Amino acid sequence: MSQVWTIFKREFLAYFATPLAYVFIVIFLIAMGCFTFYIGQFYENGVADLSVFFSYHPWLYLFLVPALSMRLWAEERRSGTMELLLTLPIPLWATVVGKFLAAWAFTGVALALTFPIWITVNYLGSPDNGVILASYIGSFLMAGGYLSIGSAISATTGNQVIAFVVSVVVCFLFTVSGAPFVLEFFRAWAPFAVVSAVASFSFITHFASITQGVIDLRDIVYFFSLIALFLAANIVAIDLKKAG
Amino acid sequence: MPAPMIEIAGLTKQFGTIAAVAGIDLKVGKGEVLGFLGPNGAGKSTTMKMVTGYLAPSGGSVRVCGHDMATDAIAAQRVIGYLPEGAPAYGDMTPRHFLAFIAEVRGLRGDTAKKAIADAVAGTELDPVLDQPIETLSKGFKRRVGLAQAIMHDPAVLIMDEPTDGLDPNQKHAVRGLIRKMAPEKAIIVSTHLLEEVEAICTRAVIIDRGRVVADGTPADLLARSRHHNAVTITLPEGQAAGAKAKLRALPGVAGVDETPLPGGLVDLTAFPKSEVVLAEEISRLIAGEHWSLKKLHVESGRLDEVFRAITTHDAARARESRA
Repeated sequence: MSQVWTIFKREFLAYFATPLAYVFIVIFLIAMGCFTFYIGQFYENGVADLSVFFSYHPWLYLFLVPALSMRLWAEERRSGTMELLLTLPIPLWATVVGKFLAAWAFTGVALALTFPIWITVNYLGSPDNGVILASYIGSFLMAGGYLSIGSAISATTGNQVIAFVVSVVVCFLFTVSGAPFVLEFFRAWAPFAVVSAVASFSFITHFASITQGVIDLRDIVYFFSLIALFLAANIVAIDLKKAG
Repeated sequence: MPAPMIEIAGLTKQFGTIAAVAGIDLKVGKGEVLGFLGPNGAGKSTTMKMVTGYLAPSGGSVRVCGHDMATDAIAAQRVIGYLPEGAPAYGDMTPRHFLAFIAEVRGLRGDTAKKAIADAVAGTELDPVLDQPIETLSKGFKRRVGLAQAIMHDPAVLIMDEPTDGLDPNQKHAVRGLIRKMAPEKAIIVSTHLLEEVEAICTRAVIIDRGRVVADGTPADLLARSRHHNAVTITLPEGQAAGAKAKLRALPGVAGVDETPLPGGLVDLTAFPKSEVVLAEEISRLIAGEHWSLKKLHVESGRLDEVFRAITTHDAARARESRA
């Protein structure tokens, strides 16, 4: 466990040693603002809640999280530090989990920095802060889901561009499988069980139910099992590369 | 023979259809410094990667201090210090932070960690650059950061892939001194392209070619396989060379004489001995009776590069033939 912490610390600080952290956070906040105020018409709605703000999170994460996760392993492989890291006496799972948690904590920091919008909405009216808190938790869990996918894909290649593009595609599939137009397509011919199975794979379905203000155990289990699944895939991917 | 600390048995590595390592057996004991030699692509780095647990072997086994790398990798890795090829390190960290990170991973805490880092820094003379990002350091300093990382926990087994590559002669000398100093307490494997390094620090030299061990012995053993082993070279003015060459050739112990012209009107004559003959005495007696204006005289111990080339190109040529 202490080794997870060691890896976590190094990784987390590494974000702030380069401009990466600052560029990412600034772009994340600007993009959040644009979506919420211009496209989502936050003011024009005249409602003091943050549902508009949160409804764009899946689509933002879709591009921003793979940009963060693409370097997780691809860069280690390219620069040769992978060899150093994997010959140190640390179990592979601890390295994988430590790196993932650092990236997740970093997205948590970016997400937390959106707090001015929460202040704004409280200033303008009296929103249900319980719902907002639940939505933040849901958004954070969803970011973890995207990250675990990106991390596993990054482990399969030494090329960051490939890692980015493939991650966006896979994340896109996990996002849209709950979008109305996809479900409509299935609903036209497939039995109900299939439609709900497809929908249940989607980040949007689970995230939307959390943003209603209800943190259902099933949604929590969904995100955590998704993360566990992809981190396991991450470990397998590295082991396979080891076997050459 | 001390108990082996590194035991490699029947080690193979297959990359697709290419056998990078085709069956290596080696035992390295405490106090040994094993020089790993071979042409590029011979399988040196691949072997080291398997010994340190970075790559999984296709066949065979690696045991380090009794720990099997396949089943007990963490215990084995704990006693290994490893400098990978190119001395990779996190470029955005400073050596101070990087070494602190490695110390923490190695389970060193508090004063023990501080002392281990201080010793490693002193041993590799990293002091002047401790607070500069590693990516801004010169090649020599980067290499020494990698070295400091490898020796910090005072490992029983030290494996270094080209530790002096990119260092200037002074730094090479310092690193070799460091390795010699640590040698009695450890089992060390060093890969290198520098044959003089083998003579300088290794107690044993292993040449591998196309994934197999083709020579294994002390550097002196290998030198004895050189055509130049115990050969005597004398330097004379050009005018006297022809006569001297004939007289050398006439000596009973001489197998042949080579002539190499030098700048400044001088000529090197190298007399090669018949096997097991020591020529020095015969030749010095010959010289005493002649009126040559001798400039230089020396007995050669052998040339490692010649042995290296004879062993490795021989095999390559044979392989080409068998393929054709």
